[in-house]
Amino acid sequence: MSLDYVKFTPGFEQFMPKEYRDMVEHGPFGKKTTVSQMGSFKEILEEHPMCAGCAMTLFIRLAIIAFPNPEDTITVGTAGCGRLAISQAAIPFVYGNYGDQNGVASGLSRGLRLRFGDKPKDVVVIAGDGGTADIGFQQVLHSWFRKERFTTIMLDNEVYGNTGGQESGMTTRGAVLKMAPLGKKFEKMDMVTMAKVAGCSYIATVVPNNPRRVESVIKKAVLIARDIGPTYIQAYTSCNIEYAIPTDKVMEDAKTVEDDRYKFTEYVSDEAKAYLAERYGYKEFMPKAVPASVTTA
Amino acid sequence: MDPTSVIGTKNKKGQVFTDPRIMMREAPRTPSFYTGSEVIKEAIRRASIDVMIAYPITPQSEAAALIGELFAEGYIGDYFRGESEFAVMSQCAGAAFGGARVFTTTAGPGTMRAMENFPMWAGARLPIQCIVTCRGINSPLSIQPDTIEISYLMQTGMLVWHAETAQDFYDWILMGYMVSEEPEVHLPLALCCDGFFVTHTKDVVDLTPTDMCLPPYDPYRSPVPCMDMECPPVRMMRDPFIMKSNYISYATHASWQQEVWAAAERSRKHTIAWLNGLIETEDVDADVLIVTSGTAVSQGREAIRLLADEGIRVGLVKIKTLRPWPEEELKEATKHATHIIVPEFNVIGWMAKEIKATIPRSERVIAGPRVCGGMTMPPEIIVEEIKRALGVRSGTLAGRG
Repeated sequence: MSLDYVKFTPGFEQFMPKEYRDMVEHGPFGKKTTVSQMGSFKEILEEHPMCAGCAMTLFIRLAIIAFPNPEDTITVGTAGCGRLAISQAAIPFVYGNYGDQNGVASGLSRGLRLRFGDKPKDVVVIAGDGGTADIGFQQVLHSWFRKERFTTIMLDNEVYGNTGGQESGMTTRGAVLKMAPLGKKFEKMDMVTMAKVAGCSYIATVVPNNPRRVESVIKKAVLIARDIGPTYIQAYTSCNIEYAIPTDKVMEDAKTVEDDRYKFTEYVSDEAKAYLAERYGYKEFMPKAVPASVTTA
Repeated sequence: MDPTSVIGTKNKKGQVFTDPRIMMREAPRTPSFYTGSEVIKEAIRRASIDVMIAYPITPQSEAAALIGELFAEGYIGDYFRGESEFAVMSQCAGAAFGGARVFTTTAGPGTMRAMENFPMWAGARLPIQCIVTCRGINSPLSIQPDTIEISYLMQTGMLVWHAETAQDFYDWILMGYMVSEEPEVHLPLALCCDGFFVTHTKDVVDLTPTDMCLPPYDPYRSPVPCMDMECPPVRMMRDPFIMKSNYISYATHASWQQEVWAAAERSRKHTIAWLNGLIETEDVDADVLIVTSGTAVSQGREAIRLLADEGIRVGLVKIKTLRPWPEEELKEATKHATHIIVPEFNVIGWMAKEIKATIPRSERVIAGPRVCGGMTMPPEIIVEEIKRALGVRSGTLAGRG
């Protein structure tokens, strides 16, 4: 049924704008597209008002390409740079209030499960570091403790970019930003540990300069959230404006930061591993064959 | 799904989905002696609710917990405790975006904490019903009855009704969904009552049969697409207009705000049909009228009785809906009155201000008596206010008159 939503109403094909026709004819709905095919299909997010050289935009594009069922995916967000792009994607985006994205997603996920049962309706929260770790902190943590089955993605640019460069809880200690005129006084919040303590079934930290890795973690996170529990991805998506990173150095910065303090990490609960192996055939999580010598010993 | 197609079939609890008009107007009623909180539970038992989200705050905690019992019994699709009123209202929004019929309850400081959500609900056209059992919001902390929070709710774009009795509450919870889910309305409803006075007192309430329930909500009757990826076109919230500083952006926001309030206006005809009018009147040809809402109406009735014993005739206007506001009805009902007494359970007198802004010759409005902070309103103080207005000497209250 969902694919009907991206089809033409009979008789209207010739009158639809080219953007829309491209989306219907060359979009990813109902197809298996990958990041390695970028440039050969119409992306769900193409046009956006983000700054030149924005790493966050690249990450969002990659993340949306990685959605396993874009035709059955609803994104939820809050104020911040990210939503300026996400809201222009060709899938629904819910903006509730400041920092309540994980509350809205909790209700949305439950409401859709009531109505559609086992049919996957993927709910994905995409919000910034301020939205996730500061103003939305309570609702984020509680959604994890309640084991709400949806994915939370933090676009971590380590600053309130959209409002002009204020310190956030995810800013590193010592950084001089607006509202931190003497430098930030406390450490960057460890949301990864909190996600683990709160019971997330899958947690990953990632940077955008490895598209295949981004695709892999997003796909796993969304699939696990369907049945197992909450999943969390924390992505370093630098703000080249507020941190004065030259546009041609943005990917270099991402690599440097990855090597320094944003290394790729991935936690998969045992239950999630078994689920990915059994339900979706992930070979990396299939039980290792035990050597015959051991079994016969 | 056409909700009428399920009429006559049974839900998993064996209740029959019934035409709401038959259920509310023709089905036999059973008198039952219940607290207001228990009445909320009984109405929700029959309301085919998909999702209820709860949070404790006096005086609505009991009702919210009782609905948990309904969930345990299988009458509600999903139920859980949120982590604050702001979170609860956001969770309610999410469930409604997903096409569920949603119910919640709050009170006083909870209403204020949740306030950011209410204009968002209205703007997003989510027909959520929120029971508001009004209490004080001031500092020092008070948990006692006080209706000041209603004045904030009235500016949100929500429908706002104010129940006088537990019977109102029972009927209006069920009728409320019928009004707010109309495609041309599709707005949230704040169904208010005066905390404790209604929630914690027992009254005889005529209940509809337990084996009848409302037909389920049909999200595809919404005037804006439900967020389930089944219903084109793609729906986005608030953006991208928010980031544009140009006339098209302003005009879009302006026209949408106007449409929200126009939708509330369009609820009039449905509300009038279900509630038998936006106001209720008695003896409005009298020179003196008491015009108010909630339990102040009940106290007004007692004052009228006391004054009748002294040969002073006073009429009554009970305002049932605050949004939509019964402007024409009030003009008509008050046209003969020389004195319009507005008793209220709040310090600012929002009801009197609304009435003054509505009727001609507003100097006829006497903004009082008012009590607040949990004080009760003895009918005698209404009597005294009326006598003072009429220039009748009063010796009924010690130290006054």
